[in-house]
Amino acid sequence: MVTRGGQRTDPVAVGAALDSAHRSDWGRLLALLTRQLHSLDMAEEALQDAFTLAVTAWQRSGLPAQPAAWLLTTARNRAVERLRRDRVLRSKLPLLLHLGMEPGPEEGPEMSTIPDLRLRLLFTCCHPALAIESRVALTLRCVGGLTTAEISRAFLVSEPTMAARITRAKKKIAAAGIPYREPSDAELPDRLGGVLAVLYLVFNEGYSASTGDVAIRRDLCEEAIRLARVLVALAPDEPEALGLLALLLLQHARRDARFDGAGRLVLLPDQDRTRWERGAIVEAVALLGRAASHARLGGYQLQAAIAARHATTDRAEDTDWRGIAALYAGLEALTSSPIVTLNRAVAVAEYEGPAAGLSIVEGLAADLPSYHLLHSTRADLLRRLGRDAEAAAAYRTALALARSPADRDLLLRRLAEIGA
Amino acid sequence: MQYLFLIYGDETAQYTPEQERQTGEAHGAYWQMLHDHGVVRGGERLHASGTATLLRRPADGGDDRLVTDGPFTETKEQLGGFYLLECSDLDKALEYARQLPVGPGGAVEVRPVNPFMSVDEQG
Repeated sequence: MVTRGGQRTDPVAVGAALDSAHRSDWGRLLALLTRQLHSLDMAEEALQDAFTLAVTAWQRSGLPAQPAAWLLTTARNRAVERLRRDRVLRSKLPLLLHLGMEPGPEEGPEMSTIPDLRLRLLFTCCHPALAIESRVALTLRCVGGLTTAEISRAFLVSEPTMAARITRAKKKIAAAGIPYREPSDAELPDRLGGVLAVLYLVFNEGYSASTGDVAIRRDLCEEAIRLARVLVALAPDEPEALGLLALLLLQHARRDARFDGAGRLVLLPDQDRTRWERGAIVEAVALLGRAASHARLGGYQLQAAIAARHATTDRAEDTDWRGIAALYAGLEALTSSPIVTLNRAVAVAEYEGPAAGLSIVEGLAADLPSYHLLHSTRADLLRRLGRDAEAAAAYRTALALARSPADRDLLLRRLAEIGA
Repeated sequence: MQYLFLIYGDETAQYTPEQERQTGEAHGAYWQMLHDHGVVRGGERLHASGTATLLRRPADGGDDRLVTDGPFTETKEQLGGFYLLECSDLDKALEYARQLPVGPGGAVEVRPVNPFMSVDEQG
């Protein structure tokens, strides 16, 4: 047996090795086991068993040279044992024969020879036939390897609620016959959009930081970036996947500058740009260049291009607002979203003046009556035009609609600034 | 796997004879396509829900069947027909469901058939 040491291993070291394996290999091992067992549920159970068995086995015999291979082989053997025991699953016997028992875990394959099927798993977890909350939870659980407890904390629901949501989704995958495969070329644009939307949702859940534990929310952002990296590695020629990764990196690069020492939200023009993460920005710009080489523009690329304009401008007053407004106009044409129009209005106000921005915002009032950012944007523009009484009223409307403490705090500060 | 396509629509909507004829032709062409692909196992159009008769067993477990006039639920959207298809997976089923002719606002519910009680697997 190839181990480091061969004697009893410190439980702390075993715990750390298992955490690391969980983080880096869970999704890949689950994806492979799911194909072999034809059941996501069974695969997950077997892999969970393997992680549990590893705690005592690794403490007793030392860390295996190939932890992932050990886990894979052990999970497979556990699944075979379970199938043999389970009378109800007799119908799976042919599968059992095909699968067979593996040699001892220590002789498992090298991780580099294990096929990476995470993309399949990702498409299954993000299938449009599942409810959107289920897609997010399943993706984090199955592909990201987060525990149900971690996911429930991030989304502020109880652990039993989250466990039930995941179980229900897995039941639907099995009963409804949601396939475990990558979509065909014809289906891909549609389905890829669904996967990107889930990753974006995961990121935003962490980024908006409206409630909950800050550390967990930061983890969520990093998890979304990690999954986007997996997607880009597995589908390197999809410009929108590149665009999404670039967008997430750019937004995350600003994380340390978004809040001041007192934990208050700091808006883009007021952020200390030296606290932006340069490495991430450089990487994102390069990703956007790669995406552009495919000449297939999309919403994530445009959003990332806008974020990149900001991220590569050293002083707020040098911002290329005209260019940014043009990018928003492109996004507007693509999405017809009034929220995009609102953002364009902000950019227009910066180079054509607040009156021009305000006239665009006024046209959106009917589309976004209860969107707090419409009212706060309108208030900002009115304030800049010296119409303080109207500005105060708009800030108060925004305050009544805003939910996050950081947003409310900012609006209260604005109200104080105009003496209202 | 087998999938049941349940077709729902507003049965109070009025159609001209010409629209009726077009709908009939659309379903004829759809059936032919399913047949050519070898996936169809059945399918019918239903009379309006006003022709339905409901039998309900008492909640307390009694063995009577209370017979009443009308469908299971009294809503505007009613079951108007069904198809039964044999498909490899949900994506394949959805591909066919997407092509099913439905009126404006109409909907198709795709339900997987639960195979556990099929004859050859009992006992």
